[in-house]
Amino acid sequence: MGMTITQKILAEHAGREEVYPGELVMCKVDIALANDVTAPIAIKQVKELGVKEVWDRERIALVPDHFVPAKDIKAAQQVKMMRDFAREFKIKHFWPEGRVGIEHALLPEQGVVVPGDVVIGADSHTCTYGALGAFSTGVGSTDMAYAWLTGEVWFKVPEQMKFIYYGKRKKWVGGKDIILYVIGMIGVDGALYKTMEHTGEAIRELPMDDRFTICNMAIEAGAKNGIIEPDEKTLEYVKGRAKRPYKLYKSDPDAEYSEVYEIDVSKIEPQVAFPYLPSNTRPVSEATHITIDQVVIGSCTNGRISDLRVAAQILKGKKVNPNVRCIVIPATQEIYRQALKEGLIDIFLEAECVVSTPTCGPCLGGHMGILAKGERAVATTNRNFVGRMGHPESEVYLSSPAVAAASAVMGRIAHPEEVVGESN
Amino acid sequence: MEGVLKGRAFKFGDDINTDEIIPARYLNTSDPKELAKHVMEDADPKFPEKVKPGDVIVAGKNFGCGSSREHAPIAIKAAGVSAVIAKSFARIFYRNAINIGLPIFESPEAVEGIEEGDIVEVNPETGVIKNLTKGTEYKATPIPSDIRKIIDAGGLMEYAKQKLGLK
Repeated sequence: MGMTITQKILAEHAGREEVYPGELVMCKVDIALANDVTAPIAIKQVKELGVKEVWDRERIALVPDHFVPAKDIKAAQQVKMMRDFAREFKIKHFWPEGRVGIEHALLPEQGVVVPGDVVIGADSHTCTYGALGAFSTGVGSTDMAYAWLTGEVWFKVPEQMKFIYYGKRKKWVGGKDIILYVIGMIGVDGALYKTMEHTGEAIRELPMDDRFTICNMAIEAGAKNGIIEPDEKTLEYVKGRAKRPYKLYKSDPDAEYSEVYEIDVSKIEPQVAFPYLPSNTRPVSEATHITIDQVVIGSCTNGRISDLRVAAQILKGKKVNPNVRCIVIPATQEIYRQALKEGLIDIFLEAECVVSTPTCGPCLGGHMGILAKGERAVATTNRNFVGRMGHPESEVYLSSPAVAAASAVMGRIAHPEEVVGESN
Repeated sequence: MEGVLKGRAFKFGDDINTDEIIPARYLNTSDPKELAKHVMEDADPKFPEKVKPGDVIVAGKNFGCGSSREHAPIAIKAAGVSAVIAKSFARIFYRNAINIGLPIFESPEAVEGIEEGDIVEVNPETGVIKNLTKGTEYKATPIPSDIRKIIDAGGLMEYAKQKLGLK
């Protein structure tokens, strides 16, 4: 029986010829990362054991991105703990403010994670790196501490789900709309404990940034990992970035899947997920009555350069609606500089947006754009749970950067065509 | 996990997420006592006041979905909750609960058969869940034996100590 790309990567890292769903395996880890929320718990556990060395100082990544620059004293203590730990244990991959970016945009950009890797992160959106053809998944701080000490992690080999995409995307429809559509279709536990493998002509046609977005939100369907077979677009992205040798895996034609879905992307409209679950999706045309107070364009889901480009395309020459604040957050310093070079930042400032340094900030209600009671936001982020961006009685509507930018101009949820016309 | 776990049931619905269990506005600390003060706050603001040591959380499907924050099971455990019974658990929450030693039990039938305020007793060794108020009995899905080893060691870090010869 053939294996999928996920099974092959897990088998190789478990030192096995083959692995099948349901088996428990102990896998070698290539990169183990944690952020300023999750690292402190792992650090305490490692320090309590009194060890002098970690498993491999070059395989650990510490990314303070959630509450940085430190939003308060307690947050500052957490980042300091990471910095001290990084120094003491000579951790190679630690980025302080000014160098840091949002972890799941930063690690691929810096070539720290590469195709064929097993990556674990004490952050649920670690599944993002599946877009490179890596097995990557979120774990907790204790799993992280264990990996820092042993270089290993246990997994139950997940059941394999396949999503085959075909057809031509409508204008203004991107990776975010596709994944929101799929989560709406299968629900927030529709892929619980399973792999979401995305394939088909419409995936091969998608740029890398959109693929990252699709794999990033696998967890919003409960999945263990999202993954896309590497192709020439992946290689082009990895070239000049990869810091380590990498390996390309492909699924066998006779690999077994527990479920197979076929999706015609030409039928997908820009999507909006209504509160309070990412699966409460509707086409944007059914959401244009919703007035808003805030727009957030950024996050590990949609803070990459192509996201900023599409937002700028819509905001160019326009002003943010007077009833709305629009917060734009480039995900990394490199993206920020690129946006500056291309004149995108100027477009945002001209439109009277707030432009922030890289941070997860508002996505999880941390800082840099918290909602008051009763306020509503359109955000390019990944979760719209109760209280996610602030007050428990505030609301978050998830969308693509295009819909978010159009909504910022209109003061209500809007289709991009309402702002730039149908011909643009 | 030793002895029988017993307490009052607090019922919650489906898809209770980690933002409801412990909102991110409290994640600038990882102190269990601090976290316990806000446990389940965005699902039931009164919960932190009402919960007593031994009490049991009973919830629908996909409990603990969302973030990887271990603060979620830590907050529940530190609040004195003795067990969580759900129709199903989100995968990272499941791992985290096992790793830190918060007893969790999967049983859709028990969840259907327990109402808010019922007195519930769980035997972690056998997975038998008793609703003492209603006189009914259920059996949780058994935990795989390899994972049981982590639980028996007293959590993943204790297991690590054994493995690294630090004990």
